[in-house]
Amino acid sequence: MNVKKDFPIFEAHPELIYLDSGATSLKPQPVIDAIVEYYSTYSANIHRGLYKISEKASAEYEETRSVVARFINAPSPDEVIFTHGTTESINLVASTLGPERVTEGDEIVTTVMEHHANFVPWQQLAFNTGADFKVIDINDHFELSVVEKSDRRGEGHQLVIDLKRVITNKTKILAITLVSNTLGTINPVKEIIAEAKKINPRIITVVDAAQAAPHNVIDVQDLECDFLAFSGHKMLGPTGVGVLWGRKQLLDSMPPYQFGGDMINEVSLEKTTYAKTPHKFEAGTPHIAGVIGLKAAITYLQQIGLDKIRNHEKELTMYAGRWLNDELSDAITFYGPRHIEFMAGIITFTMKGIHPHDIAQILDEQHIAVRAGHHCAMPLHTQLDIPASTRASFYLYNSEEDVEKLVEGLKKVKKTFS
Amino acid sequence: MSIYADLILDHYQHPRNNTLLTPGVSKSVDVNNPLCGDKLHMEIIEKDGVMQEIGFTGEGCAISIASASMLSEYAKGKSKAELLDLNAQDVVGLLGIDLTPNRMKCALLGWEALIKLLNN
Ligand SMILES: Cc1ncc(COP(=O)(O)O)c(C=O)c1O
Repeated sequence: MNVKKDFPIFEAHPELIYLDSGATSLKPQPVIDAIVEYYSTYSANIHRGLYKISEKASAEYEETRSVVARFINAPSPDEVIFTHGTTESINLVASTLGPERVTEGDEIVTTVMEHHANFVPWQQLAFNTGADFKVIDINDHFELSVVEKSDRRGEGHQLVIDLKRVITNKTKILAITLVSNTLGTINPVKEIIAEAKKINPRIITVVDAAQAAPHNVIDVQDLECDFLAFSGHKMLGPTGVGVLWGRKQLLDSMPPYQFGGDMINEVSLEKTTYAKTPHKFEAGTPHIAGVIGLKAAITYLQQIGLDKIRNHEKELTMYAGRWLNDELSDAITFYGPRHIEFMAGIITFTMKGIHPHDIAQILDEQHIAVRAGHHCAMPLHTQLDIPASTRASFYLYNSEEDVEKLVEGLKKVKKTFS
Repeated sequence: MSIYADLILDHYQHPRNNTLLTPGVSKSVDVNNPLCGDKLHMEIIEKDGVMQEIGFTGEGCAISIASASMLSEYAKGKSKAELLDLNAQDVVGLLGIDLTPNRMKCALLGWEALIKLLNN
């Protein structure tokens, strides 16, 4: 994959080995250009202007809604809401639909491998409503404990999902991530949702696709989820823009999220009527440049092809796994699934006697950017019984050479502390 | 230049005063840095305004452990007033390296513990 030339940051820092795309991705020139073009040639507000550049801005903004809808195979662009990011998307659902649906004695279910963004809002909702907060654990393979796999030779993996001990007819919400930002585990969310709806057809399912949307083809109709959230900045787009997709019927039934301009139909001294979905949920001037940049990001990703990107990452991840095992297996402990089909391009590890911050710092001295800490997944780290970990994550601009540099870098870490 | 100078690695791998003191005579405190998961337990014995003994245990990165170790060496025998006079720059100065803002928190964890002990 020869795309490095599209990312100007490598001109500014030719030595940079960027292995932190799990936190945020780098930006290709077409995305930067789209943002600059908006600000320099038609930087008008949307929806209200009756002049040409405002009409162009409105058209580009609304066109992005259609591009996003097609990207996740949503039935209608009206189901696509622009937010600041995954965090706001999930908070929107938790704070509008949450209090209407959840009462004391109900249950909210999530998993221990969630990012805080898909954990804390639900914990808070449970706290505020008196609902039970139930957390699905992980097993020894760093996969969700409700998933069993029979590894029958020749027939591949047969999935068995057992939710009977977790989901009941009192479970109002299931919030689950497609891909763990720490373990890299790809969860069988479609199968889990199907099983959950068998137990309780009225359950609301909220899917965190922040780590999936940049790498995997997403089809909300195939997943049969009710809500899905992701962030632009992890998929080559700008920071400060994200998406909430929701079923039209649900969105229509939900109260607005914030109140003010752009979300109204009519305001009088006595009362206000609200705009229709999706504008009901987009109060105030949105991040217009961000939305337009997101369109350029999706277009860029689609031109290359998500399948090709995913394959590239699989190869890099396997290459890294092999090298690290050969060179450093005595010093490194990995936290993530073993089978590449259930693994995103994320390698998380600890090194005996060396703090993750020290690992990251010594790698930085060699211009290698990795993340060290709890990756906004403190419950998971508690469960793994480690205070922190180091994470290397791959994307389309990474190469085998980056992996080799990482291995060399980690050997140096080991040597420094030996 | 690497911040992992020999002196820092030595203090990390062989921390000085890495012990608990006699219970009852000593004051103790626990501090942590949830961002990194660093934890430090520190104990002191102070007599007539002078630091008699200091000990600490904990887990953390090389910078936080080395800094606590160096600070403990420095503190022994010093007067309370002298120690309360230390500022962040002095503490980082003990390490003898330049730190980025992110690593400052690590370097100052031991100092935070010491100040808490001296003030209570
Ligand atoms: C799985 C997952 N969920 C949610 C988030 C939060 O995304 P944002 O910070 O863009 O709102 C992240 C990003 O760190 C993530 O990795």
